[in-house]
Amino acid sequence: MRRILIVGATSAIAQAAARVWAVRGEALYLVGRDPVRLESIAADLAVRGAARVDHAAMDATDLAAHAAVIERAAASLGGLDTALIAHGTLSDQAACQESVAQTLAEINVNGLAVVALLSVLANRFEQQRSGTIAVISSVAGDRGRGSNYVYGSAKALVSAFASGLRQRLHRAGVAVVTLKPGFVDTPMTAAFRKGPLWAQPSRVAAGLVRAIDRGTPVAYLPWFWRPAMFLVRAIPERWFRTLKL
Amino acid sequence: MVSSWGNLIRAEHELRRLTSRHADFPELPARRSVLPFGNGRSYGDSCLNVGGALLEMRALDRFIAFDRNAGVITCEAGLLLDELLEVTVPAGWFVPVTPGTRFVTVGGAIANDVHGKNHHVAGTFGRHVRRFELLRSTGARLTCSPTENPEWFAVTIGGLGLTGVITWAEIQLRPIATPWLEVETIRFGGLAEFFELCAQSDRDWEHTVAWIDCTRSPGSGLGRGLLQRANHLEREPPGQAAAAPRASAPHLKVPFVPPVSLVNGPTLRAFNSFYYHRQRASREKTLQHYQRFFYPLDGILNWNRLYGARGFYQYQCVVPLAAGREAVAALLEHVAASGQGSFLAVLKLFGAVLSPGMLSFPMEGVTLALDFPNRGAKLARLLAHLDELVAEAGGRLYPAKDARMPGSLFRSGYPRWREFVPFIDPRHSSSFWRRVMAAA
Repeated sequence: MRRILIVGATSAIAQAAARVWAVRGEALYLVGRDPVRLESIAADLAVRGAARVDHAAMDATDLAAHAAVIERAAASLGGLDTALIAHGTLSDQAACQESVAQTLAEINVNGLAVVALLSVLANRFEQQRSGTIAVISSVAGDRGRGSNYVYGSAKALVSAFASGLRQRLHRAGVAVVTLKPGFVDTPMTAAFRKGPLWAQPSRVAAGLVRAIDRGTPVAYLPWFWRPAMFLVRAIPERWFRTLKL
Repeated sequence: MVSSWGNLIRAEHELRRLTSRHADFPELPARRSVLPFGNGRSYGDSCLNVGGALLEMRALDRFIAFDRNAGVITCEAGLLLDELLEVTVPAGWFVPVTPGTRFVTVGGAIANDVHGKNHHVAGTFGRHVRRFELLRSTGARLTCSPTENPEWFAVTIGGLGLTGVITWAEIQLRPIATPWLEVETIRFGGLAEFFELCAQSDRDWEHTVAWIDCTRSPGSGLGRGLLQRANHLEREPPGQAAAAPRASAPHLKVPFVPPVSLVNGPTLRAFNSFYYHRQRASREKTLQHYQRFFYPLDGILNWNRLYGARGFYQYQCVVPLAAGREAVAALLEHVAASGQGSFLAVLKLFGAVLSPGMLSFPMEGVTLALDFPNRGAKLARLLAHLDELVAEAGGRLYPAKDARMPGSLFRSGYPRWREFVPFIDPRHSSSFWRRVMAAA
C-alpha cells in the first residue's frame, strides 16, 4: 500500500489517476478547493477500494497554508510515498492580454503556487530519502505559442523547476516526475472543439500512473506528444513567429 | 454530431455536460429543450433531441456508498453497469436485472426501465431501485422512492428522461456466489415447442431466452431455434477461475463503417443455419462467465457498424399472453415471407411481475426482438404490417429500440400517456416524444 497525496484532486486527470490507485488499494489524501466535491470524490474512491481516503480543502494560491496541509496529510496517512500536484486553470489568453492582473493571477496559480508546493515537498522527501514527487506540467510549457503563452510560460516555469529539482533529489533517491499532457477532454477544456489529438482523462491517467510507477523523468501523455513537441521545438524562431499556433 | 446505436440519425445538438451531482441545472439557450444523454445505447431517437440540447451525463460516474453486507449500492446516474459490476462482482453482488449490454448508464437503465433474461422472476430494473434523486429544470430536487414522492418515482422509471434529470440512484443488488452460470442450450423445432419449453424452464431457471431462426418459412422450420436457460452457480467451478476474461474491454472491434450492410439475405440465411446447427446434441450444458452469457455482443466494439452507413432498425414488441402464440407466429411468417430476416431474433416470455413505471414497456406476455438493416421503403412496409399485428394483439413496442413507430401505436400501447404528460419537465423533450405526440 502506498500513501499518496494529491493536490488538485478534483481535476479530471487527478480523479482518473486516483481511481487507478484506489482499485490497487492505496491510501489517498485529497486536497482541493471545493469541500463538497472532495467529499463525493473521497466516497467514490473508498467504494472502489482505497485503503483509506482523507481530504482537506485548500486554495493552492494560499501559499501560507501549504506546509500545514502537507503536514496534516503526512500525519493522516502515516507518511507520504508519492505526491502529485495536479491543480491548474486554463488561462483565457485574450482576457490576459487585456489585464496585467489576470496574467499574473494565471502565472500565480499555474506556476508560483506549484513551485511553492514543490519546494515544501522537496525538503520533506529529501529528508526521508525516498518517494516520488510528480507534477502535471503541459506540452504548452515546451514552447510559448501566441494562442496561450500565459498558461504556457507558467508551465515552462514548472517544467524547468522540476528538472532542476530532479537533479537535486536524485542524490537523495527521490524521483521527480514531470507529466506533460497534450489536449485532454476535461471540464477545463469543455469550450474547445475536440479533434483526433484529444485524449480522455482515463487514458492520460493510465500513462501518468505508469510514469510514476517507473519514475520516468519526463512523460508525454499520450506518448505521441514527445515527437510532436520535438518537431515544434525544432522550428527556428524566425519562422515560428509567423505561424498561428 | 450525435447519433444513437442504430446509426439512423446523426444530428447536431447543443451539448451541455453535468460534472457534479451537486451542480445546478445548467443554463440553456433560450427556448431550447433539453434531454439527459447517457451512453447513447438506445437504438432510435428516444435518446436524441434534434434541434435542442443534450445534457451529457457520463461525467456523473461516482460511487456514493456500497453496503457490502446488504448489497445496496448508491451511485451517480452516469455510471455504466460495466463500471458498477467491476466493483460489485468481486464483492459477490450482481445487478438484479441486466439488459443485453453492460455499456448503459444507471440513469438510462431507470429511464428505460430495462429488462433482462430474468424478467419472469425479477421483473424490470426499476423494481430494484430503492431511491433516486430527480433534478428539475426549476432547480427543485426530489428524492423519489415507492413511499417518498411515489408519483414521481412511477413517472420517472421508464419516463425516457422527460421528467427531469436523475442525478443518483440507490439499487438493491442480487447476491452471487461466483461470476459463473450454468447454461443449458436446447434446440427446438417450432413455436409450440418453444412455449412448452419456456413454461417448464421458467419454474427452475432464473434466466431464459430463445433465439429464433426467422429466415425459415412455414413448412421449413418456422420458429425453430435455441432456448438458453441459466442459473448462477452456487460454487466456484474448479479450474474456471483462470479462464475468466481478464479485462472488461472488448477484444474485437469494427473499425469503420462499411458502405453497404454486411447483414443481407445470403449472410443471414447462412448465419442463421450455422447458428441453429452449431451444437450437435439437441441439449448441451456449459459453464459460462457472466460476460459471455449476458453480454455476448459487448465483446465486439461497435458491432452496430456491421449494418453499414444507412444504419439499422430494431423492432421489439410485447403482446399479451392470450394472443401471444398466434401473434408471434403471424409476425414470424410475415418476416420470413418478406425475405428481410433478422440476424438475431430473440423471443422471451415476460412474467406477471408488475413494472413500476407508468410507461414501462414490459407486461405479462411474449416479447419478440428483431433487427433489420435499413432498406428504406421496403422495410417500412414490412414494419407497418408488423405494427398492425401488434396492435391487433393488444401489444406495444419498446421506445428504447424504436425510431419509427406511428404515434397512434404508441398511444394505444401506452394508454397512460395522458396521465404522464403533466409530469414532463417544462424544459425537457426528445425527438422520440415529439414524434409520437405529433397529431395527438
